[in-house]
Parts: sequence; C-alpha cells; structure tokens
Amino acid sequence: MIPEIGTLALLIALVLAVLQSVFGLVGAHRNDAVWMRATSSSTVAVFLFVLLAFIVLAYGFVVHDYSIEYVAHNSNNELPLIYRIAAVWGAHEGSLLLWVLILSTWALLVSRLSKGLPDVFRTRVLGTLGLVGVGFLAFTTLTSSPFTRLLPAPLDGADLNPILQDPALAAHPPMLYMGYVGTSVAFAFAVAAMLSGRMDASWSRWTRPWTVAAWMCLTLGISLGSWWAYYVLGWGGWWFWDPVENASFMPWLASTALIHSLAVTEKRGLFRNWTLLLAIFAFSLSLLGTFLVRSGVLVSVHSFAADPSRGLFVLGLLLFFIVGSLTLYAIRAPSLQSEGGFAPVSRESFLLLNNALLVAAAGLILLGTLWPLVMDSFNLGKISVGPPYFNTVFLVPTLPLVALVGVGMHSTWKRASYASKGRPLALMAIIGLVLGALVAFVCYGRYGLPLTIIGFGGGFFLMASALWQPLARLVRRQAQPRAALGMAVAHFGIGLFVIGVSGVASYKIEKDVSMGPGDTATIAGYTFRFESSKDVVGPNYLAREAQVAITRDGAPVAALTTQKRQFKIQNNPTTHAGIDVAWNRDLFVALGDELGAGKWSLRLQYKPLVRYIWLGGVFCALGGLIAILDRRYRGGIVEPVHPTDTETAAATGEG
Amino acid sequence: MMKSPVSAVATALLIGWVGTAGAIDPSAAFADPALQARYEHLTNELRCLVCQNQTIADSNASLAGDLRREVREMIARGDTEAQIKDFLTARYGDFVLYDPPLSARTLFLWAAPGLFVLLTVGVVVRTVIRRARQPIDADDSEESA
Amino acid sequence: MWRYFTPAIAFLLLGALFAVALVRIENGTMDPRAIKSPLLGKAAPTFVLPTVTEPSRPFDSAVLKGHPYVINVWGTWCPACREEHSALLVIARRAGIPFIGIDWKDDRQQAQQYLGQLGNPYTETVADDEGRVAIDWGVYGAPETFLVGADGQVLVKFAGALTEAIWAEKFAPFVQGGG
Repeated sequence: MIPEIGTLALLIALVLAVLQSVFGLVGAHRNDAVWMRATSSSTVAVFLFVLLAFIVLAYGFVVHDYSIEYVAHNSNNELPLIYRIAAVWGAHEGSLLLWVLILSTWALLVSRLSKGLPDVFRTRVLGTLGLVGVGFLAFTTLTSSPFTRLLPAPLDGADLNPILQDPALAAHPPMLYMGYVGTSVAFAFAVAAMLSGRMDASWSRWTRPWTVAAWMCLTLGISLGSWWAYYVLGWGGWWFWDPVENASFMPWLASTALIHSLAVTEKRGLFRNWTLLLAIFAFSLSLLGTFLVRSGVLVSVHSFAADPSRGLFVLGLLLFFIVGSLTLYAIRAPSLQSEGGFAPVSRESFLLLNNALLVAAAGLILLGTLWPLVMDSFNLGKISVGPPYFNTVFLVPTLPLVALVGVGMHSTWKRASYASKGRPLALMAIIGLVLGALVAFVCYGRYGLPLTIIGFGGGFFLMASALWQPLARLVRRQAQPRAALGMAVAHFGIGLFVIGVSGVASYKIEKDVSMGPGDTATIAGYTFRFESSKDVVGPNYLAREAQVAITRDGAPVAALTTQKRQFKIQNNPTTHAGIDVAWNRDLFVALGDELGAGKWSLRLQYKPLVRYIWLGGVFCALGGLIAILDRRYRGGIVEPVHPTDTETAAATGEG
Repeated sequence: MMKSPVSAVATALLIGWVGTAGAIDPSAAFADPALQARYEHLTNELRCLVCQNQTIADSNASLAGDLRREVREMIARGDTEAQIKDFLTARYGDFVLYDPPLSARTLFLWAAPGLFVLLTVGVVVRTVIRRARQPIDADDSEESA
Repeated sequence: MWRYFTPAIAFLLLGALFAVALVRIENGTMDPRAIKSPLLGKAAPTFVLPTVTEPSRPFDSAVLKGHPYVINVWGTWCPACREEHSALLVIARRAGIPFIGIDWKDDRQQAQQYLGQLGNPYTETVADDEGRVAIDWGVYGAPETFLVGADGQVLVKFAGALTEAIWAEKFAPFVQGGG
C-alpha cells in the first residue's frame, strides 16, 4: 500500500497547490487577511505532501519495492544504497518529482524568510509559485507518476544507468534543479509586481537575494555537471554544447544579466521593464530547458526517454506561463516606464552593455540549439550545429564582455570618471597581456591558439581589476561592504575561469596509446608506465583495473588506477579515469579496450590549468553567497540606501 | 537477457546513452604531426551517426571506428579536408558535420553573432543617448520610492 | 504600445515551432534521430563482396543492373534484425525482386547458422566484414533497407525494423505489381 500513499500525497499536494494559488492570487487581490494567511499555510502543506511523496519513492528504492515500475526500471538488488537514493532522480518521473519538491522548497523558504515583505506582495508571490506548482504537479500525476505499479513485481530491477552511478552525479541534479527551479522565485516576484502595477526600489531589494541564491545554485550545478562529464565520461572534455548543457546555460546567462539589471533598478529605479523581462526570460529559459530535455524534440546525450505526449503537456505549461506573463508585461510595461538620466560613461551604461552582451550570448546559444529543429520541422534538411559553431560564435559577445567587466567594475552611478582610475587600469591590462605572453612562451613554450594570449591577458586583467578595490580597502583598513566584496570575488572567479579555458584549450595534449605491462609513453614531459592490471569485482559490476605510474625526469609523480567497468545488468561499460591533480595541471589516464596479447588501449591526457574552470565557478558562487549576506538584505523592509555622493555609491555598489 | 517489460524501457533509455564510454583509438599516430593534427581536428568535427551527440573521435560505436579508419586512410592518401567532408556528406548528408557549412540554410545561423551583437548593442547606444539627455541628478526621488 | 507585445509574440512563434515538431514526431512524419539519405534519387553504390555461404565466391552488384532490387543491411548481433526477420521472409517471397542481404561486420559462421535457423529471405547474402560498403550506402544502424529501381537509382530508404505495413506503405508503390 505504501506506493499508493505516494500517489495520494501527490494528489493532495496538487489540490493544496490549487488552494495556494487561489488563496494567494485572489486573496491578495481582495486584500483578505484570512485568505492571505491560508496561502502561507497551504504553501507549507504543499511542501510537506510533496516531501512525503518523495520519501515514499526513496523508501521504495531503499527496500527494493519492484512493484513500483519506476523502481524496477532504475534500481537493482546489488545497487549500493547511496545510488539507490540518487536513483530517485535518475530518470524522468523521479526527477520531475525532485523538480516539484525543489519548487515547493523555494516557496516554503519565501514564505518563511520574507516576513519583512508586505503581506499582499508576499501572498502574490506565493500564489504565483502555487500556480507553477499546480502545473508541474498536474504534469507529474497525469503523465509521469513515479508510483505506477508493475504487477507482478519482478524479482530484480533493471539497474540504474551505470554512468549515473557516481557521487558527483548524486549531487549534480539537486543542485542544478535548485538553480533551475529557483528562477521561478524571481519570476513570481516579477508577476507579483506586474499584478500590483507597482515596482519600486524595495521590490528590487527583495528580489535580488533570491535571484542571486538561485544563480549560485545554478552556477554550482553547472560546474558539478561539467566536472562530472570530465571524469566520468572518460573523454576528458569539460563542455560539449550538448542541447541539455545549453538548456542549463541559457537560464544562467539570463540570470546573470538579471542580477546586474536588478542592481540598476535598485539603485536608480531605471530599466524596470527590462528587469521584469529578464526575470520572465530566466524562468522561461528554464522551462524551455525542461521542455527540450523531456519532449524528445532534440537528440541529446542526456535526454530522458522521449515522449511527445509529455512534450505537448510541457509545451502547454510553457506557453501558459511564458505567454501569460509576457502578455501581462505588455499591458503593464507602459505604465512602469521610468525617467532618469545618466552620463554615457557611468555604471548604468556598463551594466546595460553587460546585459546586451549576455542576452546576445544566450540568444546565440538558443539559435544554435534550435536551428537543426527548425530545419527538420520544415523539411529543409538535417543539419548539425555543434562545438565548432558554438566555440566560435560564443566568443563574439563574451570576449568584449571580459574587457568591459574589468573596466566597468570601477565605474560609479550616474557619471563615472576614469581620471584617477584609467592609468592603473591600463597598466593592469598591459601587465596582464605581458604576463599572458610570458605564461604562453615560458611555461608552454609556444604561442598556442590565436586567442591564447588575449585569453590569459584578459583573465589576469580581470583578476587584478577585481582585487584592486578590496585590497585598497584592506590597506586603508576600511570595512569591506559585503555586496562589493561579493562582486569582486565573483568577477575574480570569471577571471580564473577564463584562464582555465585558455590554458586547457591551447595546451591540452591527448594521446591514445596501446600499452602492456612495462610499456611507457611520454606526453608533455611526463612518462606514463603501465605497471599491471587486474580484475576487480564491484557490487554490481566487474571491472578491469590498470595501475599506471607517472614519472618526470625519473622522479615519481603519481601512481594512478583507472577502471573499465562492465555492469552486470545493463551491460554498458563505463570508464573511471585515474586523475592526478596539481595546481597547474591534471594528468588523466583512462582505460579502454583489451587489444589482445596483454595490451590495452589507454587515453593519456595532459590538461593544463583545467581545475581553474571549476574553481572559477566555485568563486562565482562564493561571491554570490557573500553578496547575499550583505546587511541591507536582512530583515525585509530596510531603509532605502541614499547614496550621498558617487563615492559611497561605488563603495556599496555592485554589478 | 532481461524480463521483457523491463528491458523495453531499459532499451528506450539506453538509446540515449549508448556508447558514452569514450572511445580510445590507439591506432598508430601519423609520423607527420601535421597530418595527425589534421586527423584529430577532423574527427573532432564529425558527428557520430549511431550514438549522435558525440564526435567520431569520442564515440565508442563500431561505425565511428570505421569512419575514423576511413578518415585516416584518406588523410594518408593526401586528400584535403574538403574532399573528406564531401565523401562523408555524399553518404550521410550535412548531418555528419558539426561545423555547419555556410549555405542558404545556415546563412542566418552564421550571420547571427554579428546581427545579435549589433542589435543588442544598438539598443544600448540608443538608450544611453536618450538617457544622457535627461536630467541626471534630479531623480533622487526614484531611489527612495 | 504594440512593441511591448513583441516578446509575447516571439515566444508564441517559438511555441508554434515546437508544436509543429511535436505533432510531426507524433504522427511519424519526422524523427529527430533519423538521417535522410542523400543517396535518394542518386545512383546506387556498387560493390564486390564475398558471399556468406561461399566465401570464395565474390558477388558483384553489377549483375543487378537493369533490375529493381532490395538491399537489406543486417547482422546477427542486431536485435531489431531478428525482430524484422519473419516479416522480411514474407515480403521477399511476395515482392518477386532480388533481395540482397549485406551482413554487416558479423561472424560468417553465426550468420550461416542464423539464416539456417530462421529461414533465408535473401537471394544473395554478402559479408561486409570491414563495414566499407555499409559506409558507401550511408548506413548508420542495422537494420536498414533500400530499394533500387531498374535505372539503378536509390528510390527508398528505411532505417529500423521492417514490417509488412511499412513495406506496403513505403516500398510497394515503387515495385512493379505492388509487391
């Protein structure tokens, strides 16, 4: 009977979500205190019932209840406990349940942590989130119930997809969904503002920490996914421009733009329409990602079992929320026009330019992802748009962005003067480029790619520029405003990321070799020696494990093991690479196939600076965290900030 | 091999993931580094047709192995990149090229980077010009609104 | 005023694109995974390959010149081939044109055993051990079936397990007498 409890819990949650949205939207409209209180209570109740459903499903996995079809398809008697739990979100139905759970968690957090918000406004936000919940709970219960029975129950399950059996992948989807679904909060804030027709500086101040929190999760989620792909898929790449990756990257770009646009709206009351539009876009792109991954319209490495009828349902949701909110926008936007000037060289201009380039980047990714679908849908032929396209075109908007960030960080509101800052900035840029050239020629001995030195130079410039103000405050023993510090840390992270990408793209070395015990191969001065190999028995797989010793100029560097696992049920091999990590490079060994006569194929890789890609992501997220902890976000309705002069504005400013 | 209802869905799921273990191609590298570089460049731009969403350099599928061999032989024979791509598109269509060639169908795709940046930056320039004409310091009421 | 509706209209257009794609996938007129063969309407590739039954006797596709024929790419390792096999036996018997099997990257002995057990629908079965002929035909998965007309042009290509219904719909109209 336990699975039926899950079904029932989801149905109750659906009914409660309907109440949450009706109480929320109508209650706020009528300004009815009882209804508004009921909104908060139903928000909590929705969360509890979704959590119950989630626990029921997890319990089904833990006790091997194969009478639940979803468990039978995604688990196995020999699957270790941690992966049985991660298997809850290992396929379509369960991951949708996680989606809904995270949505209700965000709603719960908004209702608990926004006591300072005006009741009417908070209620509208919760009502909007309730409506999103209704849509996705209906989707889950009507088309994708994870509790469907399979009778008679099989004795054993079909096992979880082997490549999902990895610790990083246990953490990647929840984190990514926290970010993905978190964009719904900014969306709900936007809808609430449009419903009330009022949007003032405090609106931006309420919206910002939630947006930054979701953005942080999205940043970490994407970084985790990239790291996982790097070492689990065994081919050593960190980004493939796969539709599913693009689906998570587009909301990230839109959220990044939104964070910056919110800064202007908060400080100057400008660009309100644009900020609303970005809040809608960020959520729309999340929904679009959900659609692309689950409808089967695009072929992807990671896509779930395709099902056009589910696709139609998500498309319906997509159109309802996006076109609905955009229509509301079209009605409200004319009255939200704001007046106020700024000089051509000012923080406003820089942030606007940042938004333009980020939106152009997101648009390019959207176009590249969907173009094959456009061609196919109208019988214009099958084409592929892949990494060669994206790698090239993505640089068009983002390369100038790196330079702009470095300069724009030091601008001030209304009117910025670079009289005292121009010279140090120019110096930093020149030193950055010289340093970049030095790294290229001294450390790696060659020019690399056409943009290598620009990449290194831009990265160094960005890092130096980000550190400048915090260091100056440190020297002058001034306090560090959290928002400004957060901005510096996040931009420093972007600099790290740029350096990592430049390094690995320009100087990576990959070599596929055939090796038997005692054989050696040398790349980038490191000698890899195949020591031995043996069979290993895992809980639900058999593996061949190879020991590889690495030396440099005769001195030992590392001893790595790499496995090729053959899973018993799904009969699908996975490669577990051996990786030696150092501050300036990864050495990567992946075991391939047995070639006979004791020889094995191995892929040896030298990945300079690759860690800075993910470290950059961690710094970005850390910057977001620091910014959220800024004093003015605590306790809800805070006294608005009155910058007395441009200097204090710059000190508390962020962008 | 498996109980049938289970296997049907497992297969459906598997299709999306087949061959995800990376291919390792230990066939002897070209003695000439320029040829090896051309080989690596090409195989990393060709889409595997079996597993899709992987390059033939990365794919473990048997067909990807055959295509790598075909590319290797053509390079060794001195064929140009264009000749090799023609050979493959004659058999598999443009789908095999991850780098979509410029044609009427992809004109917008390749014009888009310039267009999008011009468009968005154009909007910025227009806005900045408009805002620069407005009074700059007379709007403190906005901030405390 | 109307410019504020631009984003809503843009998303509606995007929604229309997705609706078209979904409907076409649902009614089977579009498959994101299928690759349209550029060989259609072009001359069929020629080949000389050893036969499965008598490896010493090569088969030259030139002998098929001037007649319509079917090429079916299969392998004993391919579950969908096993699935279509019984339908193939019926179709080949009724169609009355040569059916050439290309046994793709397979083991000869297993292939002989397979045909012995399940019945042999093919006029000739050739072994493409290295997969080169399969590449010439643009094969990306097994089973795949081609119909070549009397003029030597490729008329139809179908990827996936053949059924009598699919044959009747896609192939039969091109075969004299309807197959």
